[in-house]
Amino acid sequence: MSESYACDVLVVGGGVTGAGVLRDLARRGLKTLLVDRGDFGTGTTGRYHGLLHSGGRYAAGDAVTARECIDENRVLRRIAPASIEDTGGYFVATPDDPEDYVDAFPAACAAADIPCEEIPVAAALRREPALNPKIRRVFRLPDGSVEPWNLIDGNIADARAHCSDAWSYRRVVAFERAGERIISATVRDERSGTTARIAPRFVVSTAGAWAGQIAALAGVEVTMVPGKGVMLIYNQRMTDTVVNRCHKSADGDIMVPVHTVAILGTTDVRVADPDVYDISREEVSALIAEGEKLFPDLGRMRLLRAYAGVRPLYQPPAATQAAQNRSISRAHTVLDHGEDGIDNYVSIVGGKLTTFRLMAEDTVDVVCEKLGVTTPCTTADEMLPNQVPGKTYWLGHRLAEHEAEGGGDSALICECELVTRPMLASFLDEHWPCSVDDMRRGTRLGMGPCQGGFCTFRAAGMAAEHAAAGASGTTDDAIVGYLRERFKGTRPIAAGRQLQELWMVLGIYGGLGIESLVDGGPAADAREADDARR
Amino acid sequence: MTIAELVEEASLEQVGYSSDQCLKCNVCNTACPVARVTDLYPGPKYVGPQAARFRMGRNLPAQGKGGPRLKSPDLTVDYCSGCGWCTTVCPAGVKVAEMNSQSRARMKAGGRPKLRDWGLGQTDLTGRIGVMFSPLGNWALANRPLRRMMELTVGIHHAAPFPKFSRRTFQSAWKRRHKGDVGRPLPGPDKAVVYFHGCAVNYYEPHVANAAISILERNGFQVIVPPQVCCGLPLISNGIYGEAREKAHHNLKILADYARKGYRIIGTSTSCTHTIKAEYREMLDIHDDDATVVANATWDICEFLLDLHDHGKLDTGFGRLDEDLPYHAPCQLRSHGIGLPAMDLFALVPGLRAMDMDHDCCGIAGTYGMKKEKYDIGMAVGAPLFARVRASGAAEAACDSETCRWQIEKASGVRTRHPVEILQAAYLAGDAAAGRAGQSPAGSGGVAPVTSH
Repeated sequence: MSESYACDVLVVGGGVTGAGVLRDLARRGLKTLLVDRGDFGTGTTGRYHGLLHSGGRYAAGDAVTARECIDENRVLRRIAPASIEDTGGYFVATPDDPEDYVDAFPAACAAADIPCEEIPVAAALRREPALNPKIRRVFRLPDGSVEPWNLIDGNIADARAHCSDAWSYRRVVAFERAGERIISATVRDERSGTTARIAPRFVVSTAGAWAGQIAALAGVEVTMVPGKGVMLIYNQRMTDTVVNRCHKSADGDIMVPVHTVAILGTTDVRVADPDVYDISREEVSALIAEGEKLFPDLGRMRLLRAYAGVRPLYQPPAATQAAQNRSISRAHTVLDHGEDGIDNYVSIVGGKLTTFRLMAEDTVDVVCEKLGVTTPCTTADEMLPNQVPGKTYWLGHRLAEHEAEGGGDSALICECELVTRPMLASFLDEHWPCSVDDMRRGTRLGMGPCQGGFCTFRAAGMAAEHAAAGASGTTDDAIVGYLRERFKGTRPIAAGRQLQELWMVLGIYGGLGIESLVDGGPAADAREADDARR
Repeated sequence: MTIAELVEEASLEQVGYSSDQCLKCNVCNTACPVARVTDLYPGPKYVGPQAARFRMGRNLPAQGKGGPRLKSPDLTVDYCSGCGWCTTVCPAGVKVAEMNSQSRARMKAGGRPKLRDWGLGQTDLTGRIGVMFSPLGNWALANRPLRRMMELTVGIHHAAPFPKFSRRTFQSAWKRRHKGDVGRPLPGPDKAVVYFHGCAVNYYEPHVANAAISILERNGFQVIVPPQVCCGLPLISNGIYGEAREKAHHNLKILADYARKGYRIIGTSTSCTHTIKAEYREMLDIHDDDATVVANATWDICEFLLDLHDHGKLDTGFGRLDEDLPYHAPCQLRSHGIGLPAMDLFALVPGLRAMDMDHDCCGIAGTYGMKKEKYDIGMAVGAPLFARVRASGAAEAACDSETCRWQIEKASGVRTRHPVEILQAAYLAGDAAAGRAGQSPAGSGGVAPVTSH
């Protein structure tokens, strides 16, 4: 034990909910520390769909969630416009969607206070000509797309301005209890291996799908039923509008334009361990087949990767066990573990990214009541730092900025996503030490068609420069570590151009003499994918 | 702008989705003649498939009431010369040059085109006026103070190469010559071809047409010259798509009738023939039956002559031309994907030592190198070519494309001619040797020999 840190509240789990709880506690005057076992936003938050819900998806089945979604949609547009692209959303009735659901849809939206306007099919096709021309009806709702890492950063920055802090790569390995209280947590620095002791007055678990594991450390049982959702990333946006099927939620029925790409999702399959799951080629094919009902040409468009996130679904022990994860509510629940015999410990489970701020507010209300703090919540009224009121995200901004500086390739580290040397340099200054994958989350490095092929060695080089002396041995590891992670997502979709891309990238790194990349891992994957195609 | 909208605007397979094919391999960047010489142009990969992904979002943050909702973020794509090497070399089939042309058009959309760009696109209009007042026009174009003024006011570089206007258009000369032909039945498609002369021949270089017609007639083809307008390429290059489409439809309507009857359409301007073969469909998104049947019937003249030779039907009575002949294959010819037929034809001429200059681009790229801000770039692109042509010590050079010829001639000081002019000279030399000197080769009557230039 080299370090000891005292704070009012320890928040465990650095997804967007954790960041939101951190900000809310900090703004209510409680000195708070957020820890995550990895980088922030590497769990469910970073593996989500990119969708800012209007609530339309839940209007017909889950009015509470629907109403929360539209309220928080409005709040987020106000407090974090830079993280949101105002794409608008379409709910379209394809010939496969049941008449009665579609007929009842506008009224269900109205009941949840969700603006819903039916527009002519021809108008929708004019705006989004890649849509299935056979769609029968179209409703326009205020869906959007949202950038999660930016949102986390903003929440953390605001908390830091209020005497609080956040540590990444710190894993909670033990809680020490004294009677009905947790008196300390031991956290291990995952990079250096050293441990530190945190002594908080209160502990909040925002570990989401991992909440059960954190609870177990405290000797409490929380039954999570993590729901795996698979998503496919298309190389380009075939739509500028979020497009939902107007039917009861199912697989592959939402397309979200996010930054340069479009993401088709999702599935919902229960997994035992949120860290262990696979994506099969069958799941990919089934998603595409569903997606083609919205965009008939999907089969010809280039896929970059497949990925999956795990929803932090929770089923109370007393509830009748739902057979399907789809039927478990997306609403959130604050679990006060006082009922389990620990007075200063709560978990927040369930919920959605769109409602993270509300989840945080509800959680912090419970904490404040227990700690006797009466300061009201201000997170819905105060903007996040570095935001301009009403100035939402625009896809063209990077190109426009780069062009205004004269364009040019020389300063580009990641060509696909237009990540420049100065952008990375300032990221490294602020976040060092960090991995190439951390640089990706901060800047979108390596998220384009070559999936890191041309930028990884450059970025690793910049990191090595930053680390200065004695880092040469780790550069290869940085490259291999990052590319293996990238390749993992390519594997389930590897075919056509993306398979050729994979081979070319392997050739580049083989040529650089980075053998470990070629042995076993990705090269074998590529070969296997090749074989599967034959 | 979404992929789907691009698809509506351009052609589905050809351009809209083609950035999906990009492997980022950099072959296009390596081949780009412009990126090699200037930092103002970041290269075809950057402005093409890479930037395409950022052009999709039309959801601009509100710019205040009445403000523009869709704004192109592009600036540097304007420095693409449109030479087309990127598309030619791309191993994955990305239509980079076509994509760039479209983004340039979009970049200029909304605003009115610059007077200069509009004017450079109007080859028919400027040509007609120039021919009408040719002595004055030619004096003005050779007048240095006036050219300086033109650079300042219109933006055409004072040193940019300009040809001399003819005294009458090729069309009017042809009509006068063939007044008596009206109503005479045409021979079948194996005995006659349609000639697409293009603007250069019509307004500046009728001698190229004369050489071509003389060669075709010598080889047993009656030449049909239907009424026609500019192919539209100068308009496409300057981002004026709507008008280009009108020109295309006008030409297609006339040419399709002949093509359906099996007549072949032969052009001496390799950029016009490429426009008809490829760009009507790929750039202007004209996908009707006319476009297909005309594209399939269209030949570059050297391609056609070489095909005749491959079938043993070319008159090879070439006389000896004892000279070195530097040859530049224009970018547009490379885009045809037909090899270098002129070089193969030159090999049939005894004594002629044709040398492929093996340089990618002369820098003019249609009208690109004429523009004030691009003139130096164009000259730098072509510099190695000019040096090689000069170093050859040859008295003349050859090239299939008119603007390239003007550029090479101006920059190297070596007279540069169309391959058919060289071939016609070789035929005349053959005739002279056979004792038929002075006779007009196929007796078509009144076709001026090439030396009339």
